[in-house]
Amino acid sequence: MAVTPGWYMALAAVLFIIGAGGMLLRRNALVMFMSIELMLNAVNLTFVAAGRELNVLEGQVAVFFVMVVAAAEVVVGLAIIIAVFRRRQTASVDELTQLRG
Amino acid sequence: MDFPILSALIALPVAGGLAVLLVKRDELALPLSITSSLVTFGGAAWLLFAFESGEAGFQFVEKSTWHEPWGVGWHLGVDGISLLMVVLTAFLFPIALLASTAITHRVRQYAASMLFLQAGITGVFLSLDLLVFFIFWEAMLVPMYFIIGIWGGERRVHAAVKFFIFTAFGSALMFAGILSLGFLVSDQLGGPTFDFVELLGADLTRNAQLWLFGAFGISFAIKVPVFPFHTWLPDAHVEAPTGGSVILAGVLLKLGVYGLIRFNLTLFPKAAVDLVPVLAVLAVIGILYGAIVAIVQTDIKRLVAYSSVSHLGFVVLGVFALTTQSLQGGVIQMVNHGLTTGLLFLLVGMIYERRHTRQISEFGGLATVMPLLAGAFLFTAFASIGLPGLNGFVGEFFVLLGSYLSLPGYAIAATFGVVLAAVYLLWAYQRMFTGEITVEANRGLSDLSVREKIIIIPMAALVVFLGVYPKPALEIIEPSVDAILERIEEQTDYVVPEFGSTGDIAVEVAE
Amino acid sequence: MDLSLSLIIFLPMGGMLLLFGFGKRIGEPGAGIVATLAVVGSFLIAVVLAFDFINGDGPAETVRWFEWLPAFGVEAELRWDQLSALMTLVVTGVGSLIHLYSIGYMRGDPGFGRFFSYLNLFITSMLILVLANNFALLFVGWELVGLSSYLLISFWFERPIAAAAGKKAFIVNRVGDVGFILALMLIFSVFGSLGFDTVFEGAHRGELTVTMATAIALLLLVGAAGKSAQLPLYVWLPDAMEGPTPVSALIHAATMVTAGVYMVARTGAIFELAPIAAATVAVVGGATALFAATIAIAQRDIKRVLAYSTISQLGYMFMGVGAAAYTAGVFHLMTHAFFKALLFLGAGSVIHGMSGEQDMHKMGGLARKMPVTFATMAIAWLAISGIPPFAGFWSKDEILGVVFERGGLWQVLWGVGLVTALLTAFYMTRMMWLTFFGEPRWDDGVEPHESPRLMTVPLVVLAGLSVVGGLVNTPFKATLEHFLDPVFEAVHLAHAPDGSLAWILAAVSVAAGIIGIGAAILRYRSRVPVEDGLGWRLLGNGYYIDDVYAGVFAGGGKLGADWLAFRFDVRGIDGAVEGIGSLTRKAGGWLRPLQTGFVRSYGLAIIAGAVGLLAWFLSRGGI
Repeated sequence: MAVTPGWYMALAAVLFIIGAGGMLLRRNALVMFMSIELMLNAVNLTFVAAGRELNVLEGQVAVFFVMVVAAAEVVVGLAIIIAVFRRRQTASVDELTQLRG
Repeated sequence: MDFPILSALIALPVAGGLAVLLVKRDELALPLSITSSLVTFGGAAWLLFAFESGEAGFQFVEKSTWHEPWGVGWHLGVDGISLLMVVLTAFLFPIALLASTAITHRVRQYAASMLFLQAGITGVFLSLDLLVFFIFWEAMLVPMYFIIGIWGGERRVHAAVKFFIFTAFGSALMFAGILSLGFLVSDQLGGPTFDFVELLGADLTRNAQLWLFGAFGISFAIKVPVFPFHTWLPDAHVEAPTGGSVILAGVLLKLGVYGLIRFNLTLFPKAAVDLVPVLAVLAVIGILYGAIVAIVQTDIKRLVAYSSVSHLGFVVLGVFALTTQSLQGGVIQMVNHGLTTGLLFLLVGMIYERRHTRQISEFGGLATVMPLLAGAFLFTAFASIGLPGLNGFVGEFFVLLGSYLSLPGYAIAATFGVVLAAVYLLWAYQRMFTGEITVEANRGLSDLSVREKIIIIPMAALVVFLGVYPKPALEIIEPSVDAILERIEEQTDYVVPEFGSTGDIAVEVAE
Repeated sequence: MDLSLSLIIFLPMGGMLLLFGFGKRIGEPGAGIVATLAVVGSFLIAVVLAFDFINGDGPAETVRWFEWLPAFGVEAELRWDQLSALMTLVVTGVGSLIHLYSIGYMRGDPGFGRFFSYLNLFITSMLILVLANNFALLFVGWELVGLSSYLLISFWFERPIAAAAGKKAFIVNRVGDVGFILALMLIFSVFGSLGFDTVFEGAHRGELTVTMATAIALLLLVGAAGKSAQLPLYVWLPDAMEGPTPVSALIHAATMVTAGVYMVARTGAIFELAPIAAATVAVVGGATALFAATIAIAQRDIKRVLAYSTISQLGYMFMGVGAAAYTAGVFHLMTHAFFKALLFLGAGSVIHGMSGEQDMHKMGGLARKMPVTFATMAIAWLAISGIPPFAGFWSKDEILGVVFERGGLWQVLWGVGLVTALLTAFYMTRMMWLTFFGEPRWDDGVEPHESPRLMTVPLVVLAGLSVVGGLVNTPFKATLEHFLDPVFEAVHLAHAPDGSLAWILAAVSVAAGIIGIGAAILRYRSRVPVEDGLGWRLLGNGYYIDDVYAGVFAGGGKLGADWLAFRFDVRGIDGAVEGIGSLTRKAGGWLRPLQTGFVRSYGLAIIAGAVGLLAWFLSRGGI
């Protein structure tokens, strides 16, 4: 059975849904973070797959952009989570509702 | 062009500001910043002397392209109009900084903000690329916002936010205008461009010009401020610290008029000619309204702020009367207003530092305890009223007589502003300085210190010089002004009005 | 020529700058001497330069200082012709005497140096005004004169009344200036230049339509009425008496207030083309003359009598120049400068001797205590009352003669002038009697004494001029008229009648003077009548016109301005602005509950949105 682009897309969709589900259902900020990474990588997968299928380079270029941005985001995000944890002794997002309007 | 003097004029204050921030000693902040601004002034003074005053075009041009497909680049240059503004800016900043000794809290940040502000303002005057212009225009907002918001009076945050939102609203319109202008011309000029000089080659339809004039014009009108966009000004002035007020009145307001002349008149001449009545009406309303409202103010800073509305009305009237004399008068009146109103704010600041109040009713009889300050105030008041021999007269005279040629009705109405100016300033002087001392706290006030004299004297000297012998300044302005009017005549069927039907004979007689 | 003519201005200017910087250090009486010498110097130079004109018709000369406002075709340029020479002589001559007098009068004042620097500033400004060779420079002098009068009137700024009077003078003058500026606009729009030569020659060649000339002339009249205190802008002059008395003499009698007359005379070429405007000038003058004379009758303050008298006499001059009798107007300007300065300085001497008392009802019997003051003032009294051969007779008679000669409705104006002459004689006699004759009515502790020599010498000199000053222009030998002829060469001058009519008119006006004097003597000879009642109060308060102005302009204006500033601006315009701001905030408040603070609910919203968008795109058949 040949691995057609459809499979990649399906895998990406599954990964994305898992990520989105994790994002919505989990309370721990760290786990939510990992879910976001999952979603980003799902998108990366579609980029690469589509780029190969259409035979253009931009797909891979976009992936690099996403990876760099994600890495930067992780750095800042993790630092914030750790700082919050030190102060509040919790990483549960349901308790972090200070920004309620 | 060897040395990039214009870039240097922008870079120097930035460097000075960074130096002030990096040298972490509060007591050095003001000396350092004053030194930096004096060096900048030296550069500007050199520019003034090196400038060829007979020429109409841009001089000391620096040009390098950033992004060819979009037509964006670093393009600087001065003509007669911007030259005077740049020199005025460079002249006022050391003085404003020297007048800031009352600031004790976060001095370094204050001094740095002032210097960044200077860089922004200078950049606005020098840019010949619309996007660069816009970047400087926005960049200048931020330090001013902080200057009002951090070092201001009691309601500083409110005033700062109001200032910011007003200007940002205009900026948004202007940005939309700049982008659409840049891309609108791409058919004619073979690709989008934001280069001012290249844009002059484009031929826009009347309709497009009207829209763009509106987008640019509202932004500039807010900055001037033209009635009815003026209400941010009294708040901002009242709350700003002395140095901030001086810069605000001295140069920031001029940016609006400068923009109107540089962009609205030059790029959109058809719209400008069409909209003359609108702007003339607003200008005349501003002249009379600002003056009348100034009369009854109880806060001296508000009074001076409304007087600015009135004076800037004269400037706008002069600009849109579109005659050589009136436009020259408008430009020279910008310089004059910068000097006299700046000086008024400095003097008010000196009184404020002694008494910590701006209420006119808290004073009275001050001339007995501080005769020099009273004299300086009266001097400045008369300069502002437009007494011949002092600078205000020249601008007013040019504006009024010049405007009469094209807009007689408006010029006649504006003339009554001359009386009102005397009413509000002399009445304020009477209430603050003459009579017996009525409030005990005023009895022990000291007269001008050496530092304050150093602040006042150069400004007063310039006030007298420009009043008695305005010719050098007028010669710098004239070619640029004529070039603008010529362009308007080329692009539209407007004809700059000349005197009398039998004018030719009169000229012969004059010769 | 260049330097010497410039020096006429530079001397007092230098004095002004010197005293401004070092007046306090130079002190008393040094500052006064410096200032006086500067003006005397100018006077002497002017005399020497004016000799050219007396020995034959020296041509008018110009001196250019520097290129000033090329856009208006004007240079900083002086003009030396017969008219400006005469004005310069009057200004510096009378000015010197007043400076000299001030050294005595201002003795011991803490602002001694400041006072003299202001006086020199005034002389400088006045000289710029009369020597200017174009409207722009004339306007510079015009305004600077206003500045100096502001400074001098409110010289004792600690006194609120003085400060207010100075401000009032400046502002009322500014109202007149609006007229002046508008006239300049019109002139510039027609000729493209503000130079005298261009404008007058152009006017001559008929480049000015009658309508335009009338408009310009009427606007110039507004300016002149402000400076020369004519109806309806006269209100500042009586208040201006709050300044030191020499100031009243210098500015408000001898020189500054005559600037309007000078200006009308100078611009005769324009007024000639506008007979309606010229007639208006004369009517304004006549009305002012009569109006002010009636008010002067009921004043108790000696200086206010003189103030209203000045307004009235200026009215005469306006009548003269309005009737195109420029020489006569300028002639009266000159003689008036002599006797009115004398009267003011005499009044100052009286006030000085009475330790500051100005109410004539508290004077009386001063003739014996102050013989020099009395004798000199008596001469001025006869001069202003039009008794020959004193100076006032000749000039006043000439104006009345010209007005009569023009016939028609002008003769009504002549009647007005005659009544005014009678009233003038009456109120001046009243003033003399209340002050110098009768029983002393001094307050306790007042010890009248003659003023020091420094003050009486100028009185004597001015008295001499008041006697002989009129002889320069008599119907028998019109020296002044010939002197001024070249200036008015191009203008059609009106002339006084000759022959028997001249004698009859002279006799009538002298009779009016004598009747006025006689009536006043009869009334005040034995005792001071009670001067109360509706009429007296009405006149004493100047028909309450000042109060009307105060109510309408100051009161009503303030109300209007208050409404604009605190209702319209704060509530209206700024209210709208702040309203948008608070509306935005309110809208924000309504939307606030959407921000729950739960990150997951935001996430849900994002995903729901994404799914929704996707669904929408798919329903439209692809993206």
